[in-house]
Amino acid sequence: MSLDKETVKNIAYLARIKVPETDLEPLAGELSAILDWVEQLDKVDTEGVEPLSSVVDVTLPQRVDEVTDGECQDKVLSNARDPEDGFYTVPKVVE
Amino acid sequence: MTDLTGLTIAEARDGLNSKEFSSTELTEAHITAMEDAKGLNAFITETQDIARNAAMASDGRRAKDGPLSAMDGIPIGIKDLFCTKEVQTTAGSHILEGFIPPYESTVSGNLLDAGAVMLGKTNLDEFAMGSANITSYYGNVINPWKADDGKDLVPGGSSGGSAAAVAAGIAMGATGTDTGGSIRQPASFCGIVGLKPTYGRCSRWGVVAFASSLDQAGPMTRSVRDAAIMLGSMAGHDAKDSTSAPVETPDFEKALDGDVRGLKIGIPKEYRLDGMPDEIEKLWQQGIAWLKDAGADIIDVSLPHTEYALPTYYIIAPAEASANLARYDGVRYGLRVPGDSLDDMYANTRAEGFGAEVKRRILIGTYVLSAGFYDAYYRKAQRVRKQIADDFTSVYQKVDALLTPTAPSAAFAIGEKMDDPVAMYLNDVFTVPASLAGLPGISIPAGLSSSGLPLGLQLLGRPFDEETVLKAAGVLEGAAAFDARPGEGG
Repeated sequence: MSLDKETVKNIAYLARIKVPETDLEPLAGELSAILDWVEQLDKVDTEGVEPLSSVVDVTLPQRVDEVTDGECQDKVLSNARDPEDGFYTVPKVVE
Repeated sequence: MTDLTGLTIAEARDGLNSKEFSSTELTEAHITAMEDAKGLNAFITETQDIARNAAMASDGRRAKDGPLSAMDGIPIGIKDLFCTKEVQTTAGSHILEGFIPPYESTVSGNLLDAGAVMLGKTNLDEFAMGSANITSYYGNVINPWKADDGKDLVPGGSSGGSAAAVAAGIAMGATGTDTGGSIRQPASFCGIVGLKPTYGRCSRWGVVAFASSLDQAGPMTRSVRDAAIMLGSMAGHDAKDSTSAPVETPDFEKALDGDVRGLKIGIPKEYRLDGMPDEIEKLWQQGIAWLKDAGADIIDVSLPHTEYALPTYYIIAPAEASANLARYDGVRYGLRVPGDSLDDMYANTRAEGFGAEVKRRILIGTYVLSAGFYDAYYRKAQRVRKQIADDFTSVYQKVDALLTPTAPSAAFAIGEKMDDPVAMYLNDVFTVPASLAGLPGISIPAGLSSSGLPLGLQLLGRPFDEETVLKAAGVLEGAAAFDARPGEGG
C-alpha cells in the first residue's frame, strides 16, 4: 500500500500529531515501506481462524462495586500544568 | 575485601547473611561504580540518597529480625518505564520529562517490599520502542562491551540501560520489560541473563503501557540463579491488573536442580535463517550438544508461521501503542505545548513530545485501526497471531522447551541500521514469536562472536512453566561457563 501525502496528513490529524508540510512526503515514503513489508501477511491463509486479541484465556474478574480509593485530589493534580481550583485547565473550548 | 560489584545476587545474599559485608558497603560500591561509568548513560535518574537510606534500613532489619527475602539489601536498577513513587519516571520520552508519579508500580513495589535497594532509573528506548536504545530522549546507552576497532556499540533495546548497568557491574540486577524482545535481545547483546516471564506472571500495573497484550516485566541479571531469585520477588497476582494471572509464585530457585535427563528440547527449523552468520548457527549447535550431553532428548520441530511473526507484531504492537499513547495530550501530566485551540494544543504537544520512531508507530497504528483498513490489517494480524500461538501449543505436546538463538547478530555499532526501520525490526526475529504467544523465554550468554562480543541462546517454555526454562538455562549456563566480562566500565 502506497500512502500519499493527503492520507498521511489525515492519519496525523487523527493521531493529533502536527506534521510540518515538508515532512509529509518523506513520512509517506517511510510509512508505505513499513506497510508494504507487513502486507506479506496476505500470503497467509487465515480462512476460519478466530482472531486472537489476548493470550489470557480467562473471563475478566469482577470485584464488589465499592469505592476503594479516592480523596486524593492533590495527588491527581500533582503533575498537571496550571491547575486551578482543583481542576485541570485547557485552552478555551466554548466561545 | 572481595570486589563487591563482581558478585552475583546469590553470592551477595550469602555474604550479607554471613556478615562478610553490609548492604551499605555493597550499595556504596555500586554507587561508586555508577559514578565511574557515567559514560555508558545507563541511568536517566540516579537515586543515591534513596539507595543509601534503603541499604541502612536493610542492615538494621537484618541485625534485628533477619532479612525480608533473598533480595534484601541488594542494589538494583529499575527500568524507567516502571512508575516509582516520588521519583521521576520518563519512559525515555520528552513528553514525560519531569513526571513524578504519586504511586509505585506493583512490580517495583514488590521488589522494594522485598528489601531491594534502588540505585536509579535505567535508560531505555522511548516508550520501549526500539532494539538498540538509540531512541531515548535522554541519549543513547553505550554497551560496556567494545568492538575490536574501539567503536561504541549499542546495548540492544529497549531495556538497554538495564542491560548495560548489569553487564558493567553497576547494578546486581535490573528490571526490564519485554514486548517483542526488549529483555532478551539486550541481554544477548550485553552478555547477561534476561528472562521474560509468561504474560500475566508479573503485574503490569504502574508500568507505562506500550502494547498491553504483549508487555511483560522480567529480571535482568548476571546468572540464571539470580534471575530465579529476582523473578520470585517481582511476580505474583495483582487485583489491579485484570490480566495478572491468579497463580501461585513457585520457588523458582528450587527448579535449578541441574537435571535435564529425559527433558525434551525442540529445535524449530524455521529459526534457521538465510544469511544468518555462521557463528550464530555454530553456537546454536553447541547449545544443542551441551543439552544432549546433559541427557536431554533433542527433537526437531516445526513452527510453520514463524516468518510471519514480525509483520504480525508490527501491526499489533503499533495499533495498541497508538491507543495507549493517546493519553499523552498535555492536559493531565507531562509536557504541554500551547496552541490556539484544544486540538492545536494536543497536536503541538505530541509533535514536540514524541520522537520520530514513536510517531512512526503511532501513525502506523492509527492507520491500521482506521475505518476501512481495520479488517485488512489489524483483524488479519490477530488471525495470524492465533496461528502462531497454535503452532507453539501443538509443538508443546511433543517437547518441554525450545532452544533457539536469541538474536541474529552480536551488538552492532551506534549508527548502523538507523536509516531503515524494517532492518532494525529484524533484530527481534527470534524473540517476537514467543511474545505474541505470551510464552516465557530466557536469554543466556553462551559464547563470543569472532570479534569477541557476547552471543545469547534462547530457551522458550510452556505457559507458566518458567521452572523448566530456568532448569534448562542453568544447565546451559554451567556448560557454557561464560566468564568473559566487558573491558570498559566494568
